[in-house]
Amino acid sequence: MTALRILSIGPGVTVQDQGRPGYIAQGLSRGGAADVLALAEGAALLRQSAGLAALEMAGFGGCFSADAPLRIALTGAPMKATIDGVAVEWNASHTLPAGAVLQIGGAQAGVYGYLSVGGGIDVPKVLGARATHLAAGIGAVLQAGQVLPIGGDGGGPVGMALDVADRFNGGPARVLASLQTALFADADLTRFAQTEFRRDTRANRQGVRLVPQGGGFGLSAGQSILSEIITPGDIQIPGDGAPYILLPEAQTTGGYPRIGTVIPADLPRLAQTPAGAALRLSFVTLDEALDAQRKYLQSIAALPRLCAPRLRDPALMGDLLSYQLISGMITGVEDI
Amino acid sequence: MQRLDHFPQIVPVGLTGLLVRFGDRLSESANRAALAFRAAVEAQGWVGVEETSSSLTSTYVRFDPLDFAHADLKARLQGLLAAGDWYAADPPKGRRFWRIPTVFGGQAAPQLAEAAALAGVSEAEAIAALSGARTRVLTLGFAPGQPYLGELPEAWNIPRQSTITPQVPAGALVVAVRQFVLFANASPTGWRHVGQTGFRLYRPEAEDPFPLRAGDEVQFYAVSETDYETMQSRDPSGNGGAVVEPIR
Repeated sequence: MTALRILSIGPGVTVQDQGRPGYIAQGLSRGGAADVLALAEGAALLRQSAGLAALEMAGFGGCFSADAPLRIALTGAPMKATIDGVAVEWNASHTLPAGAVLQIGGAQAGVYGYLSVGGGIDVPKVLGARATHLAAGIGAVLQAGQVLPIGGDGGGPVGMALDVADRFNGGPARVLASLQTALFADADLTRFAQTEFRRDTRANRQGVRLVPQGGGFGLSAGQSILSEIITPGDIQIPGDGAPYILLPEAQTTGGYPRIGTVIPADLPRLAQTPAGAALRLSFVTLDEALDAQRKYLQSIAALPRLCAPRLRDPALMGDLLSYQLISGMITGVEDI
Repeated sequence: MQRLDHFPQIVPVGLTGLLVRFGDRLSESANRAALAFRAAVEAQGWVGVEETSSSLTSTYVRFDPLDFAHADLKARLQGLLAAGDWYAADPPKGRRFWRIPTVFGGQAAPQLAEAAALAGVSEAEAIAALSGARTRVLTLGFAPGQPYLGELPEAWNIPRQSTITPQVPAGALVVAVRQFVLFANASPTGWRHVGQTGFRLYRPEAEDPFPLRAGDEVQFYAVSETDYETMQSRDPSGNGGAVVEPIR
């Protein structure tokens, strides 16, 4: 079986897939990739199931090598990557030759980069999924020296690239009214939608704290909330008035008032907003949110079609002369 | 601002969920309703419903809104609500009664005296009250398999601490607001640490990784530190010496 050896690694790299739905009643949140869109992009580039596990790299990657040639895809927060010292493109698939060293550096924007491999990271499933859930104690942060099993790769293309819209520098996110929205004063809800927020340095897979430019938010004194369900995207308002938005590894219940919920289509952008970047949160109607959900799912389904053979940038080709620059005749209609 | 004080009420939870609330404060009947209504929704087997859960006084239903319109699911939930008196419903079937040996006070659970003082009783009276109470698992939440149990007598309506205890160990029994929480993992907490058990709440290696279920009943009976240590050493199952029997 092929294996991926970790030669060195950043402090926040974990195995992630789409998480383990179905255990809220037992107190276990779904977890899974912070940016599920990046997982889907990696799967599309490798033409494989988006259910396979990949490495999620928070802020910084590491050095990896494999004992057999491996198809890889790099997605999510763009990071500087090289194979045996030669720069390789992000949002693209590549071959990692046996014994070659893949080096992945720090995030140039965004937070979470993803290394997907042909066949997926094949660590044993726990409760039906391979996702590390740090808060629940399922799996752990990866360490240098570990060797990860890789699943069988049915084969597929390499040298593909995806044109990915920027979701790595903050921006707008759409919000639906949620559990306690109606308990907030109308004037505060209006001000909330007009406020520019900066992502705080306090953030992890459980949630991100936003600092409002201007005053904080809260319910009038004396209103206590009984603990209720928490779902990813929920914007809770703790006592300090700064919104804290919950991510896939949040606890399952909580008693802070929820002023709204970020819609699923905008959760990848939210998770990828780096510390200090600006975010705006605007309320949308249920119909608008449903429309956004339809488009989001359609755009994920369209990803495999949008993968195109990578254009080689001569500036990135350290070994230009070794390429065969003129290949055989083509008819111009082949669907590669 | 609007008042939401008619129960039961159905409110949306983001794009993919609805919440049926049976009250805005904890009561035996509202918790009973939340448990029973969740079981009833599960029994309907509606296509498009993906997951359900209950918390203290509410039932959560997660669904695919492109498959099942919010308004349609809400109408079905309203129909089911109207079909019975959920506040008087029988508890779910298949419940168990657990008796978990517990050390109260001492070095193992250093805040018993403080909690007793807040409840206005002596330490001995506190142990008698807390270890004699037969409590219900009101909900599992916060961490895998972690129960909130209640309700304790009114004397135990004691507040949370204003400062957080940095860490209590896994198996810690803590008390506040007429409830116990039994911790699944070492954790910070604002509740007071009054007892210590060896009961493991999440057992990933086991066939049933979550031994407690919402609706189960639990008694934390008092044992001496010596007996506790002996029971722990003799029970490798994760039960920490606890015994369990079905509730009929």
